[in-house]
Amino acid sequence: MAGIPHDHYEPKPGFQTWLHDRLPIVGIAYGTLMIPTPKNLNWMWIWGIVLAFCLGLQIVTGIVLAMHYTPQVDMAFASVEHIMRDVNGGYMLRYLHANGASLFFLAVYLHIFRGLYYGSYKAPREVTWIIGMLIYLAMMATGFMGYVLPWGQMSFWGATVITGLFGAIPGVGPSIQEWLLGGPAVDNATLNRFFSLHYLLPFVIAALVALHIWAFHTTGNNNPTGVEVRRTSKEDAEKDTLPFWPYFVIKDLFALAVVLVIFFTVVGFMPNFLGHPDNYIEANPLSTPAHIVPEWYFLPFYAILRAFTADVWVVQLVHFLSFGIIDAKFFGVLAMFGAIAVMALVPWLDTSSVRSGRFRPKFKAWFYLLCIDFVVLMWVGAMPTDGIYPYISLIAATYWFAYFLVIMPLLGVLEKPLPQPATIEEDFKSHYAEPAE
Amino acid sequence: MFRKIAISAVSALSLMTGAALASEGAVHIEDIPFSFEGPFGTYDEHQLQRGLQVFTEVCSACHGLKFVPIRTLSDEGGPHLPADQVRAYAKQFTVTDKETGEDREGLPTDNFPKNTSIGAPDLSLMAKARAGFHGPYGLGINQLIHGIGGPEYIVSLLHSYTGETKDEAGNTFYENPTFSTGWIRMPPPLSDGQVTFADGAPNDIKHMSEDVAAFLMWTAEPKLMGRKDTGFKAVLFLIVLSSLLYLTNKRLWASVKGPKKHQA
Repeated sequence: MAGIPHDHYEPKPGFQTWLHDRLPIVGIAYGTLMIPTPKNLNWMWIWGIVLAFCLGLQIVTGIVLAMHYTPQVDMAFASVEHIMRDVNGGYMLRYLHANGASLFFLAVYLHIFRGLYYGSYKAPREVTWIIGMLIYLAMMATGFMGYVLPWGQMSFWGATVITGLFGAIPGVGPSIQEWLLGGPAVDNATLNRFFSLHYLLPFVIAALVALHIWAFHTTGNNNPTGVEVRRTSKEDAEKDTLPFWPYFVIKDLFALAVVLVIFFTVVGFMPNFLGHPDNYIEANPLSTPAHIVPEWYFLPFYAILRAFTADVWVVQLVHFLSFGIIDAKFFGVLAMFGAIAVMALVPWLDTSSVRSGRFRPKFKAWFYLLCIDFVVLMWVGAMPTDGIYPYISLIAATYWFAYFLVIMPLLGVLEKPLPQPATIEEDFKSHYAEPAE
Repeated sequence: MFRKIAISAVSALSLMTGAALASEGAVHIEDIPFSFEGPFGTYDEHQLQRGLQVFTEVCSACHGLKFVPIRTLSDEGGPHLPADQVRAYAKQFTVTDKETGEDREGLPTDNFPKNTSIGAPDLSLMAKARAGFHGPYGLGINQLIHGIGGPEYIVSLLHSYTGETKDEAGNTFYENPTFSTGWIRMPPPLSDGQVTFADGAPNDIKHMSEDVAAFLMWTAEPKLMGRKDTGFKAVLFLIVLSSLLYLTNKRLWASVKGPKKHQA
């Protein structure tokens, strides 16, 4: 790999050279593990390892769960109870898998917001960012389909609502919806294909993760200063970096162990904390629950979906301008996908010449507001759609779009950034005394 | 301008949290300190046995427990009945054998029967399918100590009948503010002294409903104690592991990173 100058794997004569000439797999593993990593990475850089762990955990627990689960509408719910009652350790497998999804999303949101604050999406890391967004989309699809599998009331009605979104597409919508469901409504065909895809997508994610890592190993990690590692010589680069092994491996493992203390507290002592009680009622197509609420990790985007109702002037204007093709329901769907699309486009929407938010005083305020906005959206997404809630979700959804489409482009022009350190080494030395030895 | 919007959003948020809490107060479900709640809570097998008796003599007239295998009544950490009692218990049911298609006496390997009354929900998972509370401030974190309030909901439902009835479309409804619509089709099932416990435990409505709620928590989460045990071991192990990794990390970085300077 190109990039930061560093030592490469030198195969010893004999078997190592023999293998290296035929398949340089040891060299690739060595290069990946020993990659020069900015030595000033802070604790927000640990979420990557947590995410990798989550993917592994979900695949391992998921494969074992699939050995005992039956994707058939009359047996799915009972087979989950079979796992909970009869399978050895089945209750742990299932609770680890269900809560593992929550840890996965918690970590991905912290990872994404880390990237947004430190400008990790900016050139030359746009491809890393885009692949990351694709991983996030695949995660959402996987999480959604996984939630359908236990075939509880929220599984069934959540699937009905979310696939209904595709029905809102003008013209082809109903056909697409029927194609997705495998019939006119959520039924056995839907459950079967969701099971199949829920099993497939994690491996797609794993492949995308490999590309994600490859991409940022090519460009080098970003770091809290946003200043690039010097590539002028190996000696210069070594002043800015430390090898990933052992420095960051041990640091990340420590952080992972701390995160897992909290994770196992939830799994062991309050495993239904993030679940919905209605999902312990078997799916019943004839009885709609009072409130259909998606899983917590979808709530911010669910709030944006519901924010744009027919009485919002923008919706009415678009409805008029599109000759009635884009109605409020379709507008909401576009807004929901648009909310993720604008996030994916941030490498080109951010006009600032400075990468890290640390040196952008005005940006900081807007960024923290975006974090609050995200929490507000998550909260309002779980609230009913009457009273003051529609106004809150509309304001919060508007800010989400304003941040990416208006504030980010303007700030780069209007803001006067603070002076940045010349090198990572300089920044590091200004923060930490020389080591004792 | 955006800042203003955000400030109003945040203040609206804090106002609404209060309002939402106030409106939840319509039916307050009282927390009951059940033995199985909290990180170290365990089932009380005598209470589960009494609950099983209430279920058998009262609830099972209409409700089923179709996900619960009868054999689990002898499980340690459950009602822990002796094997011969479980076999005797299973015999009272008539089961259509899946293989022969003929009716026979129930065996411990069979599940409890399904509902016998239309409209009566299966109770296997009822204690997890209802949440009595979600505090503090709707965050649900008190689950760690108090559970989700499913058994509390069952207790509350069993003794919240006001005595009012109404007839609608040929059905009699009984007023019960704990029930979601306020009117339930189930007649008040328990009366003081209805079930006589062999151990002489109090058999007023309050105690019987607590016993049956505890039993239904066990049917919903039979592996609760195993889960907490595993969770405790995992947390303990991870605390030791993270302490060791903390020290390893500190030592590893000592040669490249000195103490943090005070910012000017």
